[in-house]
Amino acid sequence: MQNTMEKSEIIETINGFLVEEFEVDQAVIKPEANLKDTLDLDSLDYVDLVVIIESNFGFKVTGEDFVNIHTFQDFYDFVNQRLNG
Amino acid sequence: MNRVVITGIGIHSCLGNDIEEVRNSLYKGQSGIVFDQERKDFGFRSALTGKVSLPDLKGVLGRRDRLGLSEEAIYAYVATTQALAQAKMDEDFIGKNEVGILYGNDSSAKAVMESIDLIREKKDTTLLGSGSIFQSMNCTVTMNLSTIFKLKGINFTISAACASGSHAIGLGFHMIQSGLQDQIICGGAQEVNMFAFGSFDGIGAFSTNEAVPVAASRPFDKDRDGLVPSGGAATVILESLESAQKRGATILGEVKGYGFSSNGEHISNPNLDGQVRALHMALKQAGLSTSDIQYINAHATSTPIGDKYEAMALHKVFGESRPMISSTKSMTGHECWMAGASEIVYSLIMMHNDFVAPNINFANPDEDSAKLNLVTDTKNTGFDCFLSNSFGFGGTNSSLIIEKFKN
Repeated sequence: MQNTMEKSEIIETINGFLVEEFEVDQAVIKPEANLKDTLDLDSLDYVDLVVIIESNFGFKVTGEDFVNIHTFQDFYDFVNQRLNG
Repeated sequence: MNRVVITGIGIHSCLGNDIEEVRNSLYKGQSGIVFDQERKDFGFRSALTGKVSLPDLKGVLGRRDRLGLSEEAIYAYVATTQALAQAKMDEDFIGKNEVGILYGNDSSAKAVMESIDLIREKKDTTLLGSGSIFQSMNCTVTMNLSTIFKLKGINFTISAACASGSHAIGLGFHMIQSGLQDQIICGGAQEVNMFAFGSFDGIGAFSTNEAVPVAASRPFDKDRDGLVPSGGAATVILESLESAQKRGATILGEVKGYGFSSNGEHISNPNLDGQVRALHMALKQAGLSTSDIQYINAHATSTPIGDKYEAMALHKVFGESRPMISSTKSMTGHECWMAGASEIVYSLIMMHNDFVAPNINFANPDEDSAKLNLVTDTKNTGFDCFLSNSFGFGGTNSSLIIEKFKN
Protein backbone atom coordinates (compact mmCIF):
# COMPACT_ATOMS: atom_id res chain seq x y z
CA MET A 1 0.00 0.00 0.00
CA GLN A 2 1.01 3.65 -0.37
CA ASN A 3 3.83 4.82 1.86
CA THR A 4 3.64 8.48 0.90
CA MET A 5 0.23 9.23 2.24
CA GLU A 6 -0.30 12.87 3.15
CA LYS A 7 -0.85 13.54 6.83
CA SER A 8 -4.29 15.04 6.12
CA GLU A 9 -5.23 11.93 4.19
CA ILE A 10 -4.13 9.72 7.10
CA ILE A 11 -6.30 11.70 9.51
CA GLU A 12 -9.24 11.54 7.15
CA THR A 13 -8.83 7.77 6.70
CA ILE A 14 -8.54 7.09 10.45
CA ASN A 15 -11.50 9.29 11.32
CA GLY A 16 -13.47 7.67 8.50
CA PHE A 17 -12.99 4.11 9.74
CA LEU A 18 -13.54 5.06 13.36
CA VAL A 19 -16.88 6.61 12.46
CA GLU A 20 -17.80 3.68 10.23
CA GLU A 21 -16.44 0.71 12.21
CA PHE A 22 -16.65 1.98 15.78
CA GLU A 23 -19.85 3.89 15.16
CA VAL A 24 -18.78 7.09 16.89
CA ASP A 25 -19.97 10.58 16.07
CA GLN A 26 -17.41 12.50 14.01
CA ALA A 27 -17.85 15.42 16.44
CA VAL A 28 -16.32 13.51 19.38
CA ILE A 29 -13.10 12.88 17.48
CA LYS A 30 -10.71 15.64 18.54
CA PRO A 31 -6.91 15.43 18.29
CA GLU A 32 -6.38 15.99 21.99
CA ALA A 33 -9.19 13.61 23.13
CA ASN A 34 -8.32 10.29 24.74
CA LEU A 35 -8.68 7.48 22.20
CA LYS A 36 -9.56 4.69 24.67
CA ASP A 37 -12.12 6.71 26.61
CA THR A 38 -13.72 8.35 23.61
CA LEU A 39 -14.22 5.09 21.75
CA ASP A 40 -14.84 3.08 24.94
CA LEU A 41 -12.24 0.53 23.85
CA ASP A 42 -11.82 -2.84 25.57
CA SER A 43 -9.15 -5.46 24.91
CA LEU A 44 -11.19 -7.02 22.08
CA ASP A 45 -11.54 -3.66 20.32
CA TYR A 46 -7.76 -3.35 20.04
CA VAL A 47 -7.74 -6.61 18.05
CA ASP A 48 -10.21 -5.03 15.65
CA LEU A 49 -8.07 -1.90 15.41
CA VAL A 50 -5.15 -4.08 14.31
CA VAL A 51 -7.31 -5.55 11.54
CA ILE A 52 -8.60 -2.16 10.40
CA ILE A 53 -5.12 -0.62 10.34
CA GLU A 54 -3.80 -3.54 8.30
CA SER A 55 -6.59 -3.32 5.77
CA ASN A 56 -6.40 0.48 5.45
CA PHE A 57 -2.66 1.12 5.66
CA GLY A 58 -1.08 -2.23 4.86
CA PHE A 59 1.07 -2.72 7.95
CA LYS A 60 0.66 -4.84 11.06
CA VAL A 61 0.48 -3.31 14.51
CA THR A 62 1.24 -5.18 17.71
CA GLY A 63 -0.34 -4.71 21.11
CA GLU A 64 2.83 -3.00 22.36
CA ASP A 65 2.49 -0.31 19.71
CA PHE A 66 -0.67 0.90 21.42
CA VAL A 67 1.08 1.50 24.74
CA ASN A 68 2.20 4.98 23.71
CA ILE A 69 -0.96 5.92 21.85
CA HIS A 70 -3.15 7.93 24.20
CA THR A 71 -4.81 10.60 22.09
CA PHE A 72 -6.15 10.68 18.56
CA GLN A 73 -3.16 12.86 17.69
CA ASP A 74 -0.83 10.12 18.98
CA PHE A 75 -2.69 7.68 16.73
CA TYR A 76 -2.33 9.93 13.65
CA ASP A 77 1.36 10.48 14.41
CA PHE A 78 1.98 6.77 14.91
CA VAL A 79 0.47 5.86 11.54
CA ASN A 80 2.26 8.77 9.85
CA GLN A 81 5.56 7.64 11.36
CA ARG A 82 5.05 4.07 10.15
CA LEU A 83 4.04 5.16 6.65
CA ASN A 84 6.30 8.14 6.04
CA GLY A 85 9.16 7.51 8.45
CA MET B 1 -43.64 -30.22 40.56
CA ASN B 2 -44.16 -26.96 38.69
CA ARG B 3 -46.38 -26.83 35.64
CA VAL B 4 -44.51 -25.44 32.63
CA VAL B 5 -46.16 -23.13 30.12
CA ILE B 6 -45.22 -21.31 26.94
CA THR B 7 -45.62 -17.52 27.03
CA GLY B 8 -43.83 -16.40 23.87
CA ILE B 9 -42.82 -17.71 20.44
CA GLY B 10 -40.72 -16.30 17.61
CA ILE B 11 -39.73 -17.60 14.21
CA HIS B 12 -37.50 -16.71 11.26
CA SER B 13 -37.65 -19.35 8.55
CA CYS B 14 -38.16 -19.97 4.86
CA LEU B 15 -41.91 -19.72 5.53
CA GLY B 16 -41.66 -16.14 6.79
CA ASN B 17 -39.95 -13.68 9.10
CA ASP B 18 -42.58 -13.52 11.83
CA ILE B 19 -45.55 -15.42 13.24
CA GLU B 20 -48.08 -13.80 10.89
CA GLU B 21 -46.13 -14.51 7.69
CA VAL B 22 -45.47 -18.08 8.79
CA ARG B 23 -49.13 -18.61 9.69
CA ASN B 24 -50.12 -17.56 6.18
CA SER B 25 -47.57 -19.87 4.53
CA LEU B 26 -48.60 -22.81 6.69
CA TYR B 27 -52.29 -22.23 5.96
CA LYS B 28 -51.70 -21.93 2.21
CA GLY B 29 -49.40 -24.95 2.14
CA GLN B 30 -46.70 -22.77 0.61
CA SER B 31 -43.19 -24.16 0.18
CA GLY B 32 -40.05 -22.15 0.93
CA ILE B 33 -37.75 -24.33 -1.18
CA VAL B 34 -35.68 -23.00 -4.10
CA PHE B 35 -32.90 -24.08 -6.50
CA ASP B 36 -29.52 -22.48 -5.68
CA GLN B 37 -27.13 -22.51 -8.66
CA GLU B 38 -24.18 -21.59 -6.41
CA ARG B 39 -24.46 -24.98 -4.68
CA LYS B 40 -24.46 -26.78 -7.99
CA ASP B 41 -21.34 -24.91 -9.10
CA PHE B 42 -19.70 -25.67 -5.74
CA GLY B 43 -20.08 -29.42 -6.25
CA PHE B 44 -23.32 -30.32 -4.52
CA ARG B 45 -25.33 -33.31 -5.76
CA SER B 46 -28.44 -31.32 -4.90
CA ALA B 47 -28.80 -27.56 -5.25
CA LEU B 48 -32.10 -27.44 -3.36
CA THR B 49 -32.42 -25.36 -0.20
CA GLY B 50 -34.85 -23.37 1.89
CA LYS B 51 -34.58 -19.66 1.11
CA VAL B 52 -34.11 -17.67 4.31
CA SER B 53 -33.45 -13.91 4.41
CA LEU B 54 -30.53 -12.66 6.51
CA PRO B 55 -31.56 -9.66 8.66
CA ASP B 56 -29.22 -6.65 8.79
CA LEU B 57 -28.83 -5.71 12.46
CA LYS B 58 -26.81 -2.52 11.88
CA GLY B 59 -28.70 0.20 13.69
CA VAL B 60 -30.50 -2.45 15.76
CA LEU B 61 -27.55 -3.69 17.79
CA GLY B 62 -24.28 -1.97 18.60
CA ARG B 63 -20.97 -2.93 17.03
CA ARG B 64 -19.73 -5.13 19.88
CA ASP B 65 -23.00 -7.08 20.01
CA ARG B 66 -23.04 -7.60 16.24
CA LEU B 67 -19.41 -8.68 15.84
CA GLY B 68 -19.84 -12.08 17.48
CA LEU B 69 -23.06 -13.03 15.76
CA SER B 70 -22.81 -15.93 13.33
CA GLU B 71 -25.48 -16.36 10.66
CA GLU B 72 -27.55 -18.67 12.88
CA ALA B 73 -27.11 -16.38 15.89
CA ILE B 74 -28.58 -13.51 13.84
CA TYR B 75 -31.63 -15.66 13.10
CA ALA B 76 -31.84 -16.63 16.77
CA TYR B 77 -31.62 -13.00 17.85
CA VAL B 78 -34.58 -11.93 15.71
CA ALA B 79 -36.68 -14.96 16.70
CA THR B 80 -35.91 -14.38 20.39
CA THR B 81 -36.72 -10.67 20.15
CA GLN B 82 -40.17 -11.60 18.81
CA ALA B 83 -40.70 -14.21 21.52
CA LEU B 84 -39.62 -11.95 24.39
CA ALA B 85 -41.91 -9.20 23.10
CA GLN B 86 -44.85 -11.59 22.99
CA ALA B 87 -44.00 -12.86 26.49
CA LYS B 88 -43.73 -9.23 27.63
CA MET B 89 -40.33 -9.89 29.18
CA ASP B 90 -38.49 -6.59 28.95
CA GLU B 91 -35.01 -5.51 30.02
CA ASP B 92 -36.29 -4.55 33.45
CA PHE B 93 -37.86 -7.97 34.06
CA ILE B 94 -34.78 -9.81 32.78
CA GLY B 95 -32.57 -7.66 34.99
CA LYS B 96 -34.50 -8.67 38.09
CA ASN B 97 -34.95 -12.39 37.37
CA GLU B 98 -32.71 -15.35 36.60
CA VAL B 99 -33.91 -15.87 33.02
CA GLY B 100 -31.99 -18.69 31.33
CA ILE B 101 -31.25 -19.83 27.79
CA LEU B 102 -31.06 -23.38 26.39
CA TYR B 103 -30.74 -23.40 22.62
CA GLY B 104 -30.14 -26.14 20.10
CA ASN B 105 -27.31 -25.68 17.61
CA ASP B 106 -24.85 -28.15 16.14
CA SER B 107 -22.59 -26.23 13.77
CA SER B 108 -21.21 -22.88 12.79
CA ALA B 109 -19.46 -24.05 9.65
CA LYS B 110 -19.39 -20.81 7.69
CA ALA B 111 -17.73 -18.85 10.47
CA VAL B 112 -15.15 -21.61 11.03
CA MET B 113 -14.43 -21.95 7.32
CA GLU B 114 -14.03 -18.22 6.76
CA SER B 115 -11.65 -17.87 9.70
CA ILE B 116 -9.44 -20.74 8.55
CA ASP B 117 -9.37 -19.36 4.99
CA LEU B 118 -8.28 -15.97 6.33
CA ILE B 119 -5.48 -17.48 8.44
CA ARG B 120 -4.25 -19.40 5.39
CA GLU B 121 -4.21 -16.17 3.38
CA LYS B 122 -2.78 -13.77 5.96
CA LYS B 123 -0.63 -16.18 8.01
CA ASP B 124 -1.65 -14.19 11.07
CA THR B 125 -4.44 -15.13 13.45
CA THR B 126 -4.72 -11.59 14.84
CA LEU B 127 -6.16 -10.47 11.52
CA LEU B 128 -9.31 -12.52 12.16
CA GLY B 129 -10.49 -9.73 14.42
CA SER B 130 -12.32 -10.15 17.68
CA GLY B 131 -15.67 -11.49 16.42
CA SER B 132 -14.51 -14.73 14.81
CA ILE B 133 -14.18 -16.79 17.98
CA PHE B 134 -17.69 -15.91 19.13
CA GLN B 135 -19.12 -16.78 15.72
CA SER B 136 -17.20 -20.04 15.36
CA MET B 137 -18.07 -21.96 18.48
CA ASN B 138 -21.06 -24.27 18.60
CA CYS B 139 -22.50 -22.25 21.47
CA THR B 140 -22.49 -19.10 19.35
CA VAL B 141 -26.22 -18.58 19.91
CA THR B 142 -26.33 -18.93 23.69
CA MET B 143 -22.99 -17.13 24.13
CA ASN B 144 -24.19 -14.09 22.18
CA LEU B 145 -27.84 -13.94 23.23
CA SER B 146 -27.03 -14.32 26.93
CA THR B 147 -24.76 -11.29 26.58
CA ILE B 148 -27.09 -9.18 24.44
CA PHE B 149 -30.16 -9.83 26.58
CA LYS B 150 -28.10 -9.81 29.83
CA LEU B 151 -29.43 -13.17 30.99
CA LYS B 152 -28.56 -14.46 34.46
CA GLY B 153 -29.96 -17.99 34.52
CA ILE B 154 -28.93 -21.32 32.98
CA ASN B 155 -26.86 -20.76 29.84
CA PHE B 156 -25.68 -23.45 27.41
CA THR B 157 -26.16 -25.01 23.99
CA ILE B 158 -27.56 -28.43 23.22
CA SER B 159 -25.95 -30.28 20.32
CA ALA B 160 -27.95 -33.34 19.35
CA ALA B 161 -27.98 -33.26 15.54
CA CYS B 162 -31.50 -32.86 14.14
CA ALA B 163 -33.09 -33.25 17.57
CA SER B 164 -31.13 -30.33 19.13
CA GLY B 165 -34.02 -27.85 19.26
CA SER B 166 -36.43 -30.41 20.66
CA HIS B 167 -34.06 -31.54 23.41
CA ALA B 168 -33.45 -27.86 24.31
CA ILE B 169 -37.16 -27.41 24.98
CA GLY B 170 -37.33 -30.75 26.81
CA LEU B 171 -34.44 -29.87 29.09
CA GLY B 172 -35.89 -26.43 29.75
CA PHE B 173 -39.18 -28.11 30.65
CA HIS B 174 -37.46 -30.32 33.21
CA MET B 175 -35.45 -27.47 34.74
CA ILE B 176 -38.59 -25.42 35.33
CA GLN B 177 -40.65 -28.43 36.38
CA SER B 178 -38.11 -29.26 39.06
CA GLY B 179 -38.00 -25.68 40.31
CA LEU B 180 -34.41 -24.89 39.28
CA GLN B 181 -35.49 -22.07 36.98
CA ASP B 182 -38.64 -20.01 36.38
CA GLN B 183 -38.10 -18.65 32.88
CA ILE B 184 -35.96 -20.11 30.08
CA ILE B 185 -35.50 -18.97 26.49
CA CYS B 186 -35.48 -22.22 24.52
CA GLY B 187 -35.14 -22.81 20.81
CA GLY B 188 -33.11 -24.01 17.89
CA ALA B 189 -31.00 -22.35 15.21
CA GLN B 190 -29.64 -23.57 11.90
CA GLU B 191 -27.27 -21.88 9.46
CA VAL B 192 -28.50 -22.06 5.85
CA ASN B 193 -25.28 -21.43 3.92
CA MET B 194 -23.91 -24.18 1.72
CA PHE B 195 -20.76 -24.72 3.79
CA ALA B 196 -22.89 -26.20 6.55
CA PHE B 197 -24.37 -28.84 4.30
CA GLY B 198 -21.65 -30.18 1.96
CA SER B 199 -20.92 -33.29 3.98
CA PHE B 200 -24.64 -33.93 4.47
CA ASP B 201 -25.13 -33.71 0.69
CA GLY B 202 -22.13 -35.99 0.26
CA ILE B 203 -23.74 -38.97 1.97
CA GLY B 204 -26.64 -38.85 -0.46
CA ALA B 205 -29.22 -37.64 2.06
CA PHE B 206 -30.58 -34.81 -0.11
CA SER B 207 -33.33 -34.95 -2.71
CA THR B 208 -32.05 -34.53 -6.26
CA ASN B 209 -35.54 -33.84 -7.56
CA GLU B 210 -34.42 -30.41 -8.75
CA ALA B 211 -36.84 -29.93 -11.65
CA VAL B 212 -39.61 -28.65 -9.38
CA PRO B 213 -37.97 -27.41 -6.14
CA VAL B 214 -41.25 -26.92 -4.25
CA ALA B 215 -42.17 -30.55 -4.93
CA ALA B 216 -38.85 -32.05 -3.81
CA SER B 217 -39.60 -32.47 -0.11
CA ARG B 218 -42.34 -35.09 -0.03
CA PRO B 219 -42.48 -36.77 3.38
CA PHE B 220 -44.30 -40.12 3.48
CA ASP B 221 -44.86 -40.05 -0.30
CA LYS B 222 -43.95 -43.26 -2.14
CA ASP B 223 -41.59 -41.38 -4.49
CA ARG B 224 -39.64 -39.38 -1.88
CA ASP B 225 -35.91 -39.38 -2.58
CA GLY B 226 -34.30 -37.40 0.22
CA LEU B 227 -34.48 -34.29 2.36
CA VAL B 228 -34.00 -30.62 1.44
CA PRO B 229 -31.84 -28.59 3.86
CA SER B 230 -33.12 -25.37 5.35
CA GLY B 231 -32.77 -23.31 8.51
CA GLY B 232 -33.33 -20.10 10.44
CA ALA B 233 -34.29 -20.02 14.10
CA ALA B 234 -37.25 -20.57 16.39
CA THR B 235 -37.64 -19.47 20.01
CA VAL B 236 -40.06 -20.73 22.63
CA ILE B 237 -40.21 -18.99 26.02
CA LEU B 238 -40.86 -21.51 28.79
CA GLU B 239 -42.05 -20.34 32.16
CA SER B 240 -43.40 -21.81 35.37
CA LEU B 241 -47.17 -21.44 35.60
CA GLU B 242 -46.75 -19.53 38.83
CA SER B 243 -44.45 -16.98 37.21
CA ALA B 244 -46.68 -16.61 34.13
CA GLN B 245 -49.83 -16.10 36.18
CA LYS B 246 -48.12 -13.69 38.54
CA ARG B 247 -47.12 -11.55 35.54
CA GLY B 248 -50.48 -11.91 33.84
CA ALA B 249 -48.75 -13.34 30.76
CA THR B 250 -50.72 -14.84 27.89
CA ILE B 251 -50.33 -18.60 28.05
CA LEU B 252 -49.93 -20.19 24.62
CA GLY B 253 -49.73 -23.81 25.75
CA GLU B 254 -48.47 -26.15 28.42
CA VAL B 255 -45.55 -28.55 27.98
CA LYS B 256 -46.82 -31.90 29.21
CA GLY B 257 -44.20 -34.46 28.29
CA TYR B 258 -40.65 -34.92 27.00
CA GLY B 259 -39.76 -38.41 25.93
CA PHE B 260 -36.20 -39.18 24.91
CA SER B 261 -34.16 -42.21 23.98
CA SER B 262 -31.10 -43.38 22.13
CA ASN B 263 -31.31 -46.13 19.51
CA GLY B 264 -28.04 -47.77 20.49
CA GLU B 265 -27.47 -48.93 16.95
CA HIS B 266 -26.46 -47.39 13.61
CA ILE B 267 -25.10 -43.84 13.34
CA SER B 268 -27.48 -42.71 10.58
CA ASN B 269 -30.18 -45.37 10.23
CA PRO B 270 -33.23 -45.11 12.49
CA ASN B 271 -34.77 -47.98 14.41
CA LEU B 272 -38.27 -48.70 15.58
CA ASP B 273 -37.60 -49.46 19.23
CA GLY B 274 -35.87 -46.15 20.02
CA GLN B 275 -38.67 -44.05 18.56
CA VAL B 276 -41.40 -46.10 20.23
CA ARG B 277 -39.67 -45.80 23.61
CA ALA B 278 -39.46 -42.00 23.29
CA LEU B 279 -43.15 -41.80 22.36
CA HIS B 280 -44.24 -43.96 25.30
CA MET B 281 -42.05 -42.01 27.69
CA ALA B 282 -43.58 -38.69 26.58
CA LEU B 283 -47.12 -40.05 26.96
CA LYS B 284 -46.42 -41.53 30.38
CA GLN B 285 -44.83 -38.33 31.63
CA ALA B 286 -47.76 -36.28 30.34
CA GLY B 287 -50.22 -38.65 31.99
CA LEU B 288 -52.07 -38.87 28.68
CA SER B 289 -53.31 -41.75 26.58
CA THR B 290 -52.76 -42.08 22.85
CA SER B 291 -56.33 -40.93 22.16
CA ASP B 292 -55.58 -37.58 23.85
CA ILE B 293 -53.08 -36.70 21.11
CA GLN B 294 -55.06 -35.10 18.30
CA TYR B 295 -52.27 -33.95 16.00
CA ILE B 296 -48.72 -35.15 15.43
CA ASN B 297 -46.13 -32.99 13.73
CA ALA B 298 -43.93 -35.75 12.36
CA HIS B 299 -40.16 -35.60 12.11
CA ALA B 300 -40.48 -37.11 8.59
CA THR B 301 -37.78 -35.48 6.50
CA SER B 302 -38.59 -37.10 3.14
CA THR B 303 -35.84 -39.71 3.22
CA PRO B 304 -36.90 -43.22 2.18
CA ILE B 305 -35.73 -45.00 5.34
CA GLY B 306 -36.40 -42.28 7.92
CA ASP B 307 -40.05 -41.77 7.01
CA LYS B 308 -40.60 -45.52 6.80
CA TYR B 309 -39.46 -46.07 10.38
CA GLU B 310 -41.39 -43.11 11.74
CA ALA B 311 -44.56 -44.30 9.98
CA MET B 312 -44.04 -47.72 11.55
CA ALA B 313 -43.47 -46.23 15.02
CA LEU B 314 -46.50 -43.93 14.77
CA HIS B 315 -48.68 -46.79 13.58
CA LYS B 316 -47.43 -49.01 16.37
CA VAL B 317 -48.21 -46.47 19.09
CA PHE B 318 -51.12 -44.55 17.56
CA GLY B 319 -52.55 -47.19 15.21
CA GLU B 320 -55.85 -47.32 17.06
CA SER B 321 -56.45 -43.66 17.86
CA ARG B 322 -55.22 -42.48 14.43
CA PRO B 323 -54.44 -38.80 15.18
CA MET B 324 -54.03 -36.29 12.35
CA ILE B 325 -50.42 -36.31 11.14
CA SER B 326 -48.45 -34.00 8.85
CA SER B 327 -44.83 -33.15 8.29
CA THR B 328 -44.32 -29.41 7.88
CA LYS B 329 -40.91 -30.32 6.40
CA SER B 330 -42.86 -30.83 3.17
CA MET B 331 -42.93 -26.99 3.04
CA THR B 332 -39.87 -25.97 5.05
CA GLY B 333 -37.42 -28.68 4.12
CA HIS B 334 -35.39 -30.03 7.02
CA GLU B 335 -34.45 -27.26 9.43
CA CYS B 336 -32.05 -29.63 11.16
CA TRP B 337 -30.73 -28.27 14.51
CA MET B 338 -33.66 -25.84 14.56
CA ALA B 339 -36.42 -28.24 13.51
CA GLY B 340 -37.43 -29.50 16.95
CA ALA B 341 -38.11 -25.93 18.08
CA SER B 342 -39.60 -24.57 14.85
CA GLU B 343 -42.06 -27.44 14.63
CA ILE B 344 -43.33 -26.62 18.13
CA VAL B 345 -43.83 -23.04 16.92
CA TYR B 346 -45.57 -24.19 13.69
CA SER B 347 -47.87 -26.51 15.66
CA LEU B 348 -48.69 -23.81 18.24
CA ILE B 349 -49.58 -21.43 15.39
CA MET B 350 -51.95 -24.09 14.00
CA MET B 351 -53.45 -24.83 17.43
CA HIS B 352 -54.21 -21.15 18.00
CA ASN B 353 -55.65 -20.61 14.53
CA ASP B 354 -57.77 -23.77 14.34
CA PHE B 355 -56.17 -25.50 11.38
CA VAL B 356 -53.77 -28.30 10.57
CA ALA B 357 -51.15 -27.43 7.95
CA PRO B 358 -50.90 -29.90 5.11
CA ASN B 359 -48.24 -32.48 4.35
CA ILE B 360 -47.84 -31.12 0.80
CA ASN B 361 -46.48 -33.15 -2.13
CA PHE B 362 -48.10 -36.33 -0.87
CA ALA B 363 -49.37 -38.10 -3.99
CA ASN B 364 -49.18 -41.79 -3.18
CA PRO B 365 -48.62 -43.68 0.06
CA ASP B 366 -46.20 -46.55 0.54
CA GLU B 367 -47.13 -49.60 2.59
CA ASP B 368 -46.29 -47.87 5.89
CA SER B 369 -47.62 -44.35 5.33
CA ALA B 370 -50.89 -45.83 4.02
CA LYS B 371 -51.69 -46.76 7.63
CA LEU B 372 -51.47 -43.15 8.88
CA ASN B 373 -54.15 -40.46 9.04
CA LEU B 374 -52.14 -37.96 6.99
CA VAL B 375 -53.46 -34.45 6.46
CA THR B 376 -52.59 -33.61 2.85
CA ASP B 377 -54.77 -30.51 2.40
CA THR B 378 -55.18 -27.71 4.94
CA LYS B 379 -57.76 -28.84 7.46
CA ASN B 380 -59.87 -26.24 9.25
CA THR B 381 -60.20 -27.91 12.60
CA GLY B 382 -59.36 -27.07 16.17
CA PHE B 383 -57.22 -29.28 18.38
CA ASP B 384 -56.10 -29.09 21.99
CA CYS B 385 -53.12 -31.40 22.21
CA PHE B 386 -50.24 -32.27 19.90
CA LEU B 387 -47.01 -34.22 19.83
CA SER B 388 -43.87 -33.29 17.92
CA ASN B 389 -41.17 -35.79 16.99
CA SER B 390 -37.48 -35.07 16.36
CA PHE B 391 -34.83 -37.65 15.56
CA GLY B 392 -31.13 -37.14 14.92
CA PHE B 393 -27.95 -38.85 13.75
CA GLY B 394 -26.46 -41.06 16.39
CA GLY B 395 -29.93 -42.36 17.16
CA THR B 396 -31.02 -39.51 19.43
CA ASN B 397 -34.81 -39.25 19.73
CA SER B 398 -37.07 -36.63 21.31
CA SER B 399 -40.86 -36.42 21.51
CA LEU B 400 -42.59 -33.39 23.03
CA ILE B 401 -46.26 -33.14 24.00
CA ILE B 402 -47.95 -29.73 24.24
CA GLU B 403 -51.50 -29.10 25.36
CA LYS B 404 -53.75 -26.04 25.38
CA PHE B 405 -53.61 -24.55 28.85
CA LYS B 406 -56.46 -25.50 31.14
CA ASN B 407 -56.52 -23.91 34.58
